[in-house]
Amino acid sequence: METVVIILFDGIGFASWLFMISAGITFIFGVLRILNVAHGSIFALGAYMGAWLAAWFLGGHYPAWLSFPILIVAALLVAVTIGPLIERVFLKRIYQEEEVIPLLTTFALFLVLEDVIKLVWGIEPRFVDKPFSLMGQVRLMGISYAGYPFLLTGIAFLCALLLWLVINRTWFGRQVRSVIGDREISSAMGINVPRIDTFAFILGSFLAALGGAFTAPMISVEPGIGIDVIVLAFAVVGIGGLGSVGGAALGCLLVGVARAAAVHLYPELELFVIYALMIFVLILRPKGFFGGIEVRRI
Amino acid sequence: MRRLERFKLGYRVAILVGALLLMTAPLFLSNWIIFVVAIGCAKGIVVLGVVLLLRGGLISLGHGLYYAAGAYAVAIALNRWNIRATLFLIPLSLLAGGGMAALTGLLLRRYRGIFFAMLSLAFSMILYTVLFKFYDVTGGTDGMRIHLTKESSSLFHYYLTLILTMGVIYLGRRFIMSRLGYMMQAVRYNEIRVEYMGASVSKVIYFSYVFSGFLGGLGGGLVALNVGHVAPELAYWTACADFVFVAVLGGATHVLAPFLGSIVFEFVKNYAFKFSPNTWQMTLGGILLVIIFFLPQGLWSLTEAIERKVIQWQLSLKQ
Repeated sequence: METVVIILFDGIGFASWLFMISAGITFIFGVLRILNVAHGSIFALGAYMGAWLAAWFLGGHYPAWLSFPILIVAALLVAVTIGPLIERVFLKRIYQEEEVIPLLTTFALFLVLEDVIKLVWGIEPRFVDKPFSLMGQVRLMGISYAGYPFLLTGIAFLCALLLWLVINRTWFGRQVRSVIGDREISSAMGINVPRIDTFAFILGSFLAALGGAFTAPMISVEPGIGIDVIVLAFAVVGIGGLGSVGGAALGCLLVGVARAAAVHLYPELELFVIYALMIFVLILRPKGFFGGIEVRRI
Repeated sequence: MRRLERFKLGYRVAILVGALLLMTAPLFLSNWIIFVVAIGCAKGIVVLGVVLLLRGGLISLGHGLYYAAGAYAVAIALNRWNIRATLFLIPLSLLAGGGMAALTGLLLRRYRGIFFAMLSLAFSMILYTVLFKFYDVTGGTDGMRIHLTKESSSLFHYYLTLILTMGVIYLGRRFIMSRLGYMMQAVRYNEIRVEYMGASVSKVIYFSYVFSGFLGGLGGGLVALNVGHVAPELAYWTACADFVFVAVLGGATHVLAPFLGSIVFEFVKNYAFKFSPNTWQMTLGGILLVIIFFLPQGLWSLTEAIERKVIQWQLSLKQ
């Protein structure tokens, strides 16, 4: 019983962490039709910026809880600087190209950003565990558990809510939905499609950077953290269906719980179950759970 | 017409000279260059497999699977079963890659576009996790050192790689010129019309995929023999992405393009790593961006540009 509870806690914690990254990827794919490999670097940039700003901030004599807003500010900083740079300078030139070109362009940007991070912040690992210890321990169902993953879950929920509200309840969201449906007709109806692209990319990048910034207190921030993350996120969005944020949430939960179960029951399979799950889902549902139907060329 | 024939002759002479240069390279080039060329050729074989699929519009983000399968097959055969005959090891690596592809291909042939890429990536990551976690058989994270015998020197492996590469180039050209190769190109432009013509798209993709898997296994086996070490990273997604990178770097218009791309890639990687150990990835990424935006047909299109220049020059001589 205890193991089941721990598996659930671990799984949900991992799922919420994964959701912040996958939601951005799947949202960007929905609007721009690009599978963004550089998303992993934006996650890493968020983690570094968060660790750096938080460490600098905690060095002064301010109340420690203020480091949480600082992490959000760090994510915003990354999103509004790197996001438009990537989208406006590189991606907008290749929307019409074959699928391999956008994939490789973002891969190239990923390689470049990995080294930019090393140039800016060096190669030594960084630690900011203050926000983590600040959340303390929680006793729940007879089990003592770190409080930070619950904060992460809360933030993931807020992100999901925010994304849902933005897409379904705002003027911008209505334009986004229109662009997702048909770029050409949206443009003919007077929607500024390039601007929607840029804002959608910034929003997606913000989610990744936020995920990174709030991961920073849990891990040692070091070069290469974005490499492992991106392929996990691919598995999640593959399971959920590309372009579907709800699908990403479902994919995260499945992956999170499956991984946690493997970790506690048979650790050798920790990563194996994730990709096995992905293949299993893709065999049963070739477009993932909520993947849309595509028009075939005649 | 005679001019064209003379040009074709010049073309063949150029290829022959290139082959002879590579054959005699160990006489006048230092060892590390020979090693890099051998690795470039071996990986070029894998990239050719990726290119053949790319010609059909399929992005294989999972060729690390066949590459690693070939490499580990050789390593396990050498270390555990103590089989040292190259005559046996090479077919074994071929079979490992082709056999895997024959299995995964059954599923993959149903997918196109980004889903094909993601599913093939998942297969490769599966192998990665297996190699990574089951260290009793695979040596885990450290991988395995291959116990090579004395007589199988690096020079022997260089020539082995070179001869097999030439064989693969011939086969690859035959493949591109074959009915299957042309059909693959047709699949890229319009699948439904291929079906209307009475051909089976799923068969075309399947057989191309298995062929490409054979190439992946062979390349992996040769890399294992040349390097003398295998590690799970061979199947990681970055390795897979590198193959697609090189495929675009070289270009998909000619059977030699992947090899040009691969050798250039290996040299650039080595030099970038030597001169700026912390920014070599940035160098590679920058080069890839330049290729995508300014030379979208890859490095091979440069040779075609030279071709045009030569023809123009010949014409101007006539006048």
